[in-house]
Amino acid sequence: MEMILSGITEAIQLLVSGDALVFDAAWRSIWVSTTAVLIATILGISIGTLLARRRFLGRGLLVTLFRGLMGVPTVLIGLIGYALLARQGPLGTLELLYTPWGIVLGEVILAVPIITSLTHGGIKNLDRRIPETARMLGAGPVQRWKTYLSEARLPIILAILTAFARCFTELGIAMMVGGNLKFKTRTLSTSTTLETARGEFSRAVAMSLILLAIAICITVVIALVSREDES
Amino acid sequence: MLPIRYSKQIRHWAICLASVFLLGCDSSTQTDQSKLRIATTTSTRDSGLLDVLLPEFTKTYNYDLSVIAVGTGAALKLGQQGEVDVLIVHAPNAEAAFMKDKHGSQHSPFMKNSFVLLGHPDMAMNPQKLTVTQAMAKIADNRLRFVSRGDDSGTHKKELELWGLSASQPQTEAYTETGQGMGNTLMIANELKAFTLCDAGTYLQFKNKIDLRPVNTEGAELENRYSVITVQPEKNNYINQKAAREFYDFLNSKRAAALIRDFQVNGQTLFTPLNQ
Repeated sequence: MEMILSGITEAIQLLVSGDALVFDAAWRSIWVSTTAVLIATILGISIGTLLARRRFLGRGLLVTLFRGLMGVPTVLIGLIGYALLARQGPLGTLELLYTPWGIVLGEVILAVPIITSLTHGGIKNLDRRIPETARMLGAGPVQRWKTYLSEARLPIILAILTAFARCFTELGIAMMVGGNLKFKTRTLSTSTTLETARGEFSRAVAMSLILLAIAICITVVIALVSREDES
Repeated sequence: MLPIRYSKQIRHWAICLASVFLLGCDSSTQTDQSKLRIATTTSTRDSGLLDVLLPEFTKTYNYDLSVIAVGTGAALKLGQQGEVDVLIVHAPNAEAAFMKDKHGSQHSPFMKNSFVLLGHPDMAMNPQKLTVTQAMAKIADNRLRFVSRGDDSGTHKKELELWGLSASQPQTEAYTETGQGMGNTLMIANELKAFTLCDAGTYLQFKNKIDLRPVNTEGAELENRYSVITVQPEKNNYINQKAAREFYDFLNSKRAAALIRDFQVNGQTLFTPLNQ
């Protein structure tokens, strides 16, 4: 208990004193996961709508596959990412191992199945009359797509939030693909692990509390921005 | 969420993002000689020694350094695969094998400290001095609890070597492998009131946080030698041999020796340089 209390004090001190390591890690956590979720949103919404509205061979299989991948462990993505991005690996020429872009790539893989599956579910659940009406009113494919997205916006926002929560707090990919390099690929979650290993427990508690605080803030902001939709 | 009037902007953003991502991918070329990748044991990073040595190195040599802190076994693997340019490791036997298999081009011990066998004061062994192998044999014979790193690190390799030298096998029910770094392993051994093997540097850092104390031992078996190895440059096109050599020479220099000798944690010297 004492550890947590001193962690809270330490967290405040670190923030007030503008600790370079904390701000660096926090900023990296934010931009890496935001970039990954933005890319995954574009991919996931496209694939999700396609799966919900188009009929083609193997569609059911793809839907099941994406749903299954929602539970993929981040350590597995980290490990596979490492194997692919290593200098000897098939994508070694990209030189993405131990870079923040490598983490982004891994988190995109983490987030795409989540956004795809939840978007697919959301659009699939739309009232059948919506596509019919749109078509009857003469909407082209692009316009119909926009209609689906705007009608299913709540499940899609939840999909993005879920993906963000998972990416922002994940450890496996950041540790294995990023390597926890100081001022290069260190995130708040890898910092927490490191400070624990070093025996700096109150710093570790502080780091994870900052992680929690930012995660809640961003979630609340997204929720506020989209609040009008819930009424 | 997506009012229709925004969708054009969103498409623009998508294109921008995609291109930024692709640019990020090939911003670095194959023959980039401005980067130096170092794989090091966790003890040198966690003690803070690298925070003293690296800035001094980059004062003269302007490289973009990446420090990957892992156990010695993992560091040697990274070297073997050509993922890094230079290694700091502490497992003499494994290093010899690494050099014999032609994975490294230069190898030199540059500093040392010692390992300590730690135990809970409640479980104090005989007060008279034992050699470390006698102490290990005693732990095994009396089925006393022992916590091992179990992660193929330099400390783990040393522990296995000591079990071998003591000609005894720890009992499985009293032997726990953590698979974690030294700090975590120390905390676990402390909670379990068990014996464990630790490098002197990490012990000094954790001294105030744990009840474990060194078992009274003597003998040369506990020496802990750190070496620097440059990776064989033929492995692939990425290895920056020039920078690796410069780093190797730097660690073996008088300047680095002075920094290592003067480096203190809580008023205690942690490492002794070998190139005075």
